Amino acid sequence: MDFLNAIILLLNYIFVPALTYGSQLALGAIFVTLIYGILRFANFATGDMMAFGAMVTILFTWYLQSVGISLGVLPTALLAIPFAIVLTIGYMLLVDKFVFRYYRVNKSPPVQLAMVSIGVMFITQAVVRIIIGPSDRRFFDGEKFIIKANEFKEMTGLNEGLAIKSSQVLTIFITLLLVSILFWFLNKTKTGKSMRAYSDNEDLALLSGIDPKRVVMITWIIAGILATIGGALYGLDKSFKPFTYFNNMLPIFAAAIVGGIGNPFGAFLGGYVIAFSEIFVTYAYKKFFMYILPKSMEPENLVQLLSTDYKFAVSFSILIIVLLYRPNGIFRGKVL
Amino acid sequence: MKKNLNVIAAYGIMLGLIILVGIFQSWNVALSIFNMCLISAVMTMGANVQWGYAGLINFGLMGYAALGGLAAVLISVDPVKEAWLAGGFNIIMCLWLIVLMIFAIRFVLRNFEKSKIRTYGIAAIIIIGIVILRITSEESIGAIEAINPATTGFLGGLGLPIMFSWIVGAFFAAGLAFIVGKVALGLRADYLAIATLLISEIVIAIIKHEDWLTRGVKNVIGLKRPVPYEIELQTKEWFINLVAKFNSGKLELISNISDKQAALNQLVIEGSSVFVKLCYSGLFLTVVVALLIVTQKALYSPWGRMMRAIRDNEEAANAMGKNVVKQHLLIFILGSAIVGIAGAMLVTQDGLFTPGSYRPMRYTFLIWVMVIVGGSGNNFGAILGGFAVWFLWIEAAPIALFLINLLTIGLSETNVLKVHLIESIPYFRYLMMGMGLLLIMRYRPKGILPEKIEIK
Repeated sequence: MDFLNAIILLLNYIFVPALTYGSQLALGAIFVTLIYGILRFANFATGDMMAFGAMVTILFTWYLQSVGISLGVLPTALLAIPFAIVLTIGYMLLVDKFVFRYYRVNKSPPVQLAMVSIGVMFITQAVVRIIIGPSDRRFFDGEKFIIKANEFKEMTGLNEGLAIKSSQVLTIFITLLLVSILFWFLNKTKTGKSMRAYSDNEDLALLSGIDPKRVVMITWIIAGILATIGGALYGLDKSFKPFTYFNNMLPIFAAAIVGGIGNPFGAFLGGYVIAFSEIFVTYAYKKFFMYILPKSMEPENLVQLLSTDYKFAVSFSILIIVLLYRPNGIFRGKVL
Repeated sequence: MKKNLNVIAAYGIMLGLIILVGIFQSWNVALSIFNMCLISAVMTMGANVQWGYAGLINFGLMGYAALGGLAAVLISVDPVKEAWLAGGFNIIMCLWLIVLMIFAIRFVLRNFEKSKIRTYGIAAIIIIGIVILRITSEESIGAIEAINPATTGFLGGLGLPIMFSWIVGAFFAAGLAFIVGKVALGLRADYLAIATLLISEIVIAIIKHEDWLTRGVKNVIGLKRPVPYEIELQTKEWFINLVAKFNSGKLELISNISDKQAALNQLVIEGSSVFVKLCYSGLFLTVVVALLIVTQKALYSPWGRMMRAIRDNEEAANAMGKNVVKQHLLIFILGSAIVGIAGAMLVTQDGLFTPGSYRPMRYTFLIWVMVIVGGSGNNFGAILGGFAVWFLWIEAAPIALFLINLLTIGLSETNVLKVHLIESIPYFRYLMMGMGLLLIMRYRPKGILPEKIEIK
């Protein structure tokens, strides 16, 4: 019985939150990795582009709510996402046309493109803050919990409760669905294959008649979908605040590089690696040990490796270790 | 003279703008902008040494600036005796433990061949070290933080004049740069950018949460100043006479004696704050000019030529027998040290250290905008960038207000759009920075004052 309690404890405080957070990071990391693989630069505007997607979703959600449309138990935002995706893609294509294309055509070094993306970051931040403001916003409606801690306790008779929020289940489910479609697209369809070829060897791809403009456009379209859904899911699960999205850029970069930048599958797993390690290292295991160890051996302190203040520092340290020992990432990057 | 005309013109315009602010807003505002411009200029010089001279991309400027600030705290605050008694011994033992760990790792690196076992061994040393560190330090940290947490709760500093911290801050930053450089300089440009950015975030996390050392988010306030305090100045005979002399024309117009006294008092209060700011300006200007002379000499020395050769073609320089790795490390340390000085200067001017305020937008990306806009590789350009961008950063709000009022002139005062736009004026500065950066990078990629390459 105590053993079961211990497992439920870990599920509730580590596994479910880490899986959710990991999914949100994974979407962002695939976004980073796609841009890096095909357009060949580190996009510092990632976090803010996700904030843009989330902002548009919120605006459409408000509109739908004001008209009186809702999805019942599910959050209205799900209905708003498709419209938001279209607008976000539009914004990205616009940015690409007016900003990035010039440098791509001139074959500028990646560092210059990264600098340009900082300019885009400033502008996107301004746009998001001017339109919706910098404050914290919650836009989740519908049924909040799938299982409540109390209900779970009554159901099973255990001491520890397991609470699962519907936003968590939605996040994990949508991420898995989206990522499977993306991998199917990249590996099975002709367009996807042409994108991988372009990422692998640009000149060879051009020789075989692949249209670079089309590849770039499709990359931004996929990026728009990922950014909007990733941003909206993060906002649904936690809350929407432009500044957190900018901060999230750092673990997202860490996830992309840990997984091997340019490798979408690596980025997907990298998201979970970062999320799990952040939560594993900063969780206080005292209660866990109280369940599995006999009374005489119970720990006195919190049994916490690092305080939660160092959550971000954990993922960055992992990144630096990976960069030192396997600069290509765990899953060998640089091929889509 | 003719060759430098654009430099003189650009600086003339910049000074003119600041003087205009002095005339139209107030001399206080103008001087505080000027002081911040000088500090920004020091930071941009640091970034320019790395990026302009050697092509090294360093997005960790924030971390070095924060370390400089930390130096200001550790140098100038008086030591807290009770805290030292409560936990000082253990903290010193922990320092020794860290030194021991470093030597152990060095020993392993020197005496064993590269293998998996060596890697695991080093990892084991680090993990065991951290566990021992935590066990030894936990109690004493608790004890230190428990001592009068509202005002101290930390070890304090050395109680020396704060000016020393400018040098110490440089050393702190150089130390961090040495470690970062050893670890990350082998990486490709964009990886290096991300790695340095993340390392600086780790540094900030440590400064924010190690309360026994820095008071963390509780901030350290009331740092000692290198210049006189306003309140003291206002009571000094010579200062009042000075103000009276300066404003004699204005004062003579007032005939009533009590009115005259009131006006003089008002002028003294204003004058004292201007005087303090002028003192800071003098100090900062000295640093800027000294650094400018040194960096300028370095740029045109054989060493500077070698750095440019390495920047432009690493492999060729390597083939010519230049030690690229060593020179990269050296210039990384030098540039970071300059940023450390700037960090210490900033805290000196503010008189307070707020770890929570160190954000990458303000201390990394904005400085980079300054370098790119001003002209990388050219010290005069970098300084101008610091001035121009900081000026715009501060004056963006009035400019935005003016533009919004101009564009929405047909709308009523209570129009929803107009009210919303006016509420979000603070964020227009981001828009201006982004636009400025993009326009410069597109149409003048070498910056306002491009690098001059002298061919003899």
